[in-house]
Amino acid sequence: MKILVPVKRVVDYNVKVRVKADGSGVDIANVKMSMNPFDEIAVEEAVRLKEAGVATEVVAVSCGVTACQETLRAAMAIGADRGILVETDVELQPLAVAKLLKAVCDKEQPDLVIAGKQAIDDDANQTGQMLSALMGWPQATFASKVALADGKAQVTREIDGGLETLSVKLPAVVTTDLRLNEPRYATLPNIMKAKKKPLDTVKPADLGVDVAPRLTTLKVSEPPKRSAGERVADVAQLVDKLKNVAKVI
Amino acid sequence: MAILVIAEHDNQSIKAATLNTVTAASKLGGDIHVLVAGAGCGAAAEAAAKVAGVAKVLVCDAPQYEAQTAENVAELVKGLAPSYSHVLAPATSAGKNMLPRVAAQLDVAQISDIVAVESADTFVRPIYAGNALATVKSADAIKLITVRTTAFDAAGDGNAAPVEAVAAAADLGVTALVGREITKSARPELGAAKIIVSGGRGLGSGDNYHQLLEPLADKLGAALGASRAAVDAGYVPNDYQVGQTGKIVAPQLYIAIGISGAIQHLAGMKDSKVIVAINKDPEAPIFQVADYGLVGDLFEVVPQLTSAI
Ligand SMILES: Cc1cc2nc3c(=O)[nH]c(=O)nc-3n(C[C@H](O)[C@H](O)[C@H](O)COP(=O)(O)OP(=O)(O)OC[C@H]3O[C@@H](n4cnc5c(N)ncnc54)[C@H](O)[C@@H]3O)c2cc1C
Ligand SMILES: Nc1ncnc2c1ncn2[C@@H]1O[C@H](COP(=O)(O)O)[C@@H](O)[C@H]1O
Repeated sequence: MKILVPVKRVVDYNVKVRVKADGSGVDIANVKMSMNPFDEIAVEEAVRLKEAGVATEVVAVSCGVTACQETLRAAMAIGADRGILVETDVELQPLAVAKLLKAVCDKEQPDLVIAGKQAIDDDANQTGQMLSALMGWPQATFASKVALADGKAQVTREIDGGLETLSVKLPAVVTTDLRLNEPRYATLPNIMKAKKKPLDTVKPADLGVDVAPRLTTLKVSEPPKRSAGERVADVAQLVDKLKNVAKVI
Repeated sequence: MAILVIAEHDNQSIKAATLNTVTAASKLGGDIHVLVAGAGCGAAAEAAAKVAGVAKVLVCDAPQYEAQTAENVAELVKGLAPSYSHVLAPATSAGKNMLPRVAAQLDVAQISDIVAVESADTFVRPIYAGNALATVKSADAIKLITVRTTAFDAAGDGNAAPVEAVAAAADLGVTALVGREITKSARPELGAAKIIVSGGRGLGSGDNYHQLLEPLADKLGAALGASRAAVDAGYVPNDYQVGQTGKIVAPQLYIAIGISGAIQHLAGMKDSKVIVAINKDPEAPIFQVADYGLVGDLFEVVPQLTSAI
């Protein structure tokens, strides 16, 4: 069984981004970039399935600029077998990524795609579902548990009211939630090994995909600032404020 | 052209998130139709007909919508969407799961999690955990949108819109529901609560969480929430998580107890009207957004607070 894992290069989750003064976007020059945390969870899950003898090959795919190679190397250091970079400088929106991934899936014929539920930069939460629809495959999003057997995946999902378990036929798309696993730290030897693993590069045009953005960002602005209020000395003062000033209790 | 709102419901009643979504739809101009797709969902359709501002309810009552799987609901919505200028769903786990499938099949770029409507084709949405707001314009013929419910008031009631049955789409039969474990609670829903008492890693254990926070929440009639760290550590179930990748809340009062205030947590609660932080670390970032900050040991402060209210 082959598993394909899309991995996105994003601003590291510890960085608090700043909006550019001209409102054209956020300033990501010289900030730390990392693999989207949900994608790390996805790679970890795929690698565990390989280690358990369920999967035979784990292929990581990243779409974007040349530097996404680093993201692919990071995935290979966790244990992915090879990487595919779909290289472009165009700003990619989820629909375009889903189309690129579809083209890669058509070629690679994976039995399972494990994506992240959400990229922490655009917070779109779309790509996995879109890929699944384009492939005509079932989906199981926001997974906190995945078990594969008999050509099916049994997936427990985190939903608003609690948990839901679905059984989906393979091939399928699964997207990860935070509780699925705790990704390992890549060891130095594995980081070294990852440098020698195969990494292929293709262009959107090679895949016959038009990646032109559909949404135009007119401006990016700072959200209203919330200022720190006051410190209260004790519980009595807090209760007084809540009752008589804020009037919320 | 009219606007289609996908209702979130449990066959009996309409979930509150639907009401906020109807209000977002009302900012677009055009008749609002609400789709209720379910199995034995007549009561939910009747409830939708009462929502103020709704011109028509479409009900699709068929066994394949029992589990409301993304595949089957999307197949239905895909067929209906071309008659509408906009299709809106709440940005809940159900809406987020289903709508991108429709978008992909119609070759439309979905606009996720809008917090404001600028015009019929231009919307505001948070990016980077709410650290920036993007104003985006769509060039697609149909706009597919999920709505951040806390950004729009709930629509009122008193309406009596006509209810019309629509034919079911094909049953794709690719997904089967095995079971659900729904957290049972007599407390208000997190998304709709006026007061939320929220606990973090500072509580130290699930037992402490329950022993300290439940009496306080009981007194306040509050919902209970948590940070990711508290959920990961197993103090409380996953659906308690407030934040960028959990639930977005905006109650009248949010009390953060033993929560440091990471960006990802703030993203989920910084639009609350009044924020209270209780933390023993005076440098905790949560104090930067708190209206009232109390530096102290939660194990002393919380019981005092419970008895003082
Ligand atoms: C991809 C991703 C998504 C994430 N999504 C979310 C999300 O949606 N929601 C979310 O909450 N987090 C999210 N996080 C995690 C986030 O980064 C933080 O790790 C998390 O919010 C920390 O939780 P905490 O504040 O409970 O724990 P900590 O940061 O450990 O803080 C505990 C606090 O308790 C205080 N404390 C300890 N003992 C006491 C005491 N006796 N009395 C008073 N105070 C005490 C400490 O001073 C400290 O400030 C996400 C992270 C990633 C990478
Ligand atoms: N440029 C990209 N390259 C590879 N995978 C991506 C890319 N963008 C999104 N994805 C995948 O889709 C998931 C959801 O992203 P999004 O829909 O943008 O929130 C991510 O967690 C990745 O698994």
